[in-house]
Amino acid sequence: MEAYKLTVHEAADLIKKKRVTSYELTQAVLNRIEQVEQDVKAFITLTDSSALEEAQNTDALINQDENISDIAGIPFGLEDNICTAGIKTTCASKMLENFVPQYEAAVSGKLRESKGILLGKLNMDEFSLGVATETSYFHKSRNPWDINRDIGSFCGGAAASVAADEVFYSLAADTGGSLRRSAALCGVVGLKPSYGMVSRYGVILSASSLAQVGVIAKDVRDCAIILKAISGHDVRDPMTVQTNFNDGMTADEPGIKGMRIGIPREYLDSYMDEHVAEAVRNALKVFEDLGATIEEISLPGVVYAPAAYSIILSAEASSNLGRYDGIKFGYKAEGLQDLDEMYKKSRSQGFGDQVKLRIMLGNHVLSADNYERYYLKALKTRTIIKQEFEKAFEKYDIIISPTCAATGSKSNQNDDESLNAFLTDIYTAPASVIGLPAMSIPCGFDNNGFPIGIQLIGRSFEEGTLLKAALGFEQNTDYHIKRPVINWR
Amino acid sequence: MKYEVVIGLEVHAELSTKSKAFCSCSTTFGADPNTQCCPVCIGMPGVLPIMNKKALEYTIRAGLALNCSIAKHTKWDRKNYFYPDLPRACQISQYDMPVCQKGYLDIVADEKAKRIGINRIHLEEDAGKLLHDPYMDHTLVDLNRSGVPLIEIVTEPDLRSAEEAKVFLENLRTILQYIDVSDCKMQEGSLRCDVNVSVRPEGQEEFGERTEMKNLNSFRAVYRAIEYEASRQISILEEGGKILRETRRWDDGLGRSFAMRTKEQAQDYRYFPEPDLPPVEIDDEWVEMIRKDIPELPAQKQKRFVEEFGLPEYDAEILTTSIDLARFFEKCVEIYQNPKTVSNWLMGDFLRLVNERNIEISDVPVSPENLASLLRLIDSNVISGSIAKTVFEDMFDTGRDPETIVEQKGLKQISDKDELVQIIRKVIEDNPKSVEDYKKGKKKAMGFLVGQTMKATKGRANPQLVNTILLEELDK
Repeated sequence: MEAYKLTVHEAADLIKKKRVTSYELTQAVLNRIEQVEQDVKAFITLTDSSALEEAQNTDALINQDENISDIAGIPFGLEDNICTAGIKTTCASKMLENFVPQYEAAVSGKLRESKGILLGKLNMDEFSLGVATETSYFHKSRNPWDINRDIGSFCGGAAASVAADEVFYSLAADTGGSLRRSAALCGVVGLKPSYGMVSRYGVILSASSLAQVGVIAKDVRDCAIILKAISGHDVRDPMTVQTNFNDGMTADEPGIKGMRIGIPREYLDSYMDEHVAEAVRNALKVFEDLGATIEEISLPGVVYAPAAYSIILSAEASSNLGRYDGIKFGYKAEGLQDLDEMYKKSRSQGFGDQVKLRIMLGNHVLSADNYERYYLKALKTRTIIKQEFEKAFEKYDIIISPTCAATGSKSNQNDDESLNAFLTDIYTAPASVIGLPAMSIPCGFDNNGFPIGIQLIGRSFEEGTLLKAALGFEQNTDYHIKRPVINWR
Repeated sequence: MKYEVVIGLEVHAELSTKSKAFCSCSTTFGADPNTQCCPVCIGMPGVLPIMNKKALEYTIRAGLALNCSIAKHTKWDRKNYFYPDLPRACQISQYDMPVCQKGYLDIVADEKAKRIGINRIHLEEDAGKLLHDPYMDHTLVDLNRSGVPLIEIVTEPDLRSAEEAKVFLENLRTILQYIDVSDCKMQEGSLRCDVNVSVRPEGQEEFGERTEMKNLNSFRAVYRAIEYEASRQISILEEGGKILRETRRWDDGLGRSFAMRTKEQAQDYRYFPEPDLPPVEIDDEWVEMIRKDIPELPAQKQKRFVEEFGLPEYDAEILTTSIDLARFFEKCVEIYQNPKTVSNWLMGDFLRLVNERNIEISDVPVSPENLASLLRLIDSNVISGSIAKTVFEDMFDTGRDPETIVEQKGLKQISDKDELVQIIRKVIEDNPKSVEDYKKGKKKAMGFLVGQTMKATKGRANPQLVNTILLEELDK
């Protein structure tokens, strides 16, 4: 088997047994990138030469030290909103086209200290605002499952690179479901941890209270390994909690027997593609066969989650994006007469339409006249949703839903992608709005062979429970093994 | 018609914490531009603010000293606006849940005691500074001040005259200095004040429309601006006009204020809860610890100075207006046992020179020990009281000790009887007219002769001795 197809745990195992070197792994994925990247277009910046150098250094370390970390020497990618000191970090925006941060995000610092090999920075929607990696200033990223289809969501680069075997895993921010959604559409595993589990320091987020850095990986076990590597308290992010990732869950310990699973009626009632519906039914059957009890529950608040999400996102984005004013860094327009013009021209020329739309919406919902009508109502909705979920979690261990209402298949070509995204928000937005851990795992394919994902939502800081259930499911199915065949040319 | 002036103040005081409100950069004033900055306080993307607990503690301390109740839960809000000195285009402030609420400060103005309500005190971060480059026609940004913690103290509209406002501000500054939360230097911008003024016909219940005045850089400017604004509003009303709700800028040079923007033009700051900082719980134990730590406040100190040192009320009041002056006094009386003498010197020559030299009391190089030494030199007749004034001025300007000055300048008092007899005989000889006047009973002539003797000795003659000898010689 080609080395680039390995999972993280397989690669780590081979490294420990000295059957493969970090240099070989890195070279393998770089070759792979050379083959497929022109079609997938997952990267904005490739750090190939430094990656090979780091790999060599890591090999030297591995030869000296038996106690090397689980991820040492294994190449990964970072979404391009995760700051990397000395390496361009663009947020896929003209505004930050040439921005080189002097500081390193906490998560990337952790991976690099553990001797992970950074391969490059991955494409995304501009400032994470968009629906299908269509708003990237640089280029669109393609779903490796079909060149003709854009990836359904704005984490595009991070999910596409894993699905195309260009990296062994990647990190990306999940604002309202982007990470889970693109993982589902690309047939890989995506985990958004609890809010406060992973440091946001150094990650350029449009929505501070919604977004969390998560993992995209080839299987559940890899997901657990990476989550463990990046989670934990960080004094530089006051929202991180002291709790550390509970590694009571290991890859050898799946656990579904006796688990109580709730499936919200509101989700069953909402529109979903027939293949998705069937795949979810089949998945529930698998959980049941493995000893879980499944019950229909009601969470009336979830139907309001997309609206609350959209209002909070717009409000926070409008404020967080205020700093791009042409004064200290970032894009600055030319031929300016005065200060006002500097603001107006730099921001008009530096931001794309989707970003401007969010800023305008945000200013609207925060304005003195509308604050109560929109923003305050969104906060109240957030509280209600939180209470409903807390109540549900008194009785159920996890809550299940489809990750997306439809697949990225050609058969859905006529569907409006943003409609699909909005329909999907009902599944993914609640966990973002109230900070719960949620993950998407592959659970089937549609009639065109496009992947379908199922979403598991858990209690705050109980990622272990989610991973246990996901692992149990994965060990009894083979959806996660199938990779797209990329021979479009 | 008689009008009543109604005034409310918004006072901003920079806290004297070592580091900034939401990062660990230094707050020292006067450093080279942009040398006390980090990614957080210059608004780089991706980095996050971290609350400085000390700044919160100082805010609570100010609240307790001003008799406020302290919130159990508080949170941060963002105030959004664009300006080059605000690198994130939003300021971390507090909107609806300030740390302190409902306090008061008792003042005495125009000989009347009065309680001025404090509506709220909240904590926020300061913005940077714009510097105008005269050579390049550029405006440059200095972000050293960006993120320095600032408290905003908002009074109730309880003040009724410019004098009350001035006294309130003086008292407030004294308290903030006493509790060591701010150095309150208006010229360095660590104390700033906006004034809300309205007028209403005397006896009327509801308030008139108010205007807000900005750019007040001294207590004198506050006083003048209020006087100006009150009379401006009264003449508008008298002419049958209407007061517009507006923000005005005070021009101290011209002694006038100018409209900046009306209510309609007022900016919408789009406040919302700061999503990058968790809400804050303030536990009672902590508040009590801070309360125990609050030193004696001016009013208490004043009372004690009267009781303990037997000072007149007036002396006690003057001495306690500044914590530095009060501390100086206390240290000095520890080693020199005549409080009233120390008080006289401090209220007299000391404060006179502080004003004349226009320096801060804390920057005066005279130590309490040196003043005590000077007073002992007088007591032991080494120098006269009038020579002491010269010596003190030297001490004040050079920081040298009095013994050295007296020695170097040869200012020792002449107490040698024989020497003085010689000098006085010469004076008597040179002034036969005055001697004659004296003998005719003109008491004034005696004073003249003493003066001549002092002149002849350059003020160094022991005055008591001069008197005795003169009388002896004249009565011969």
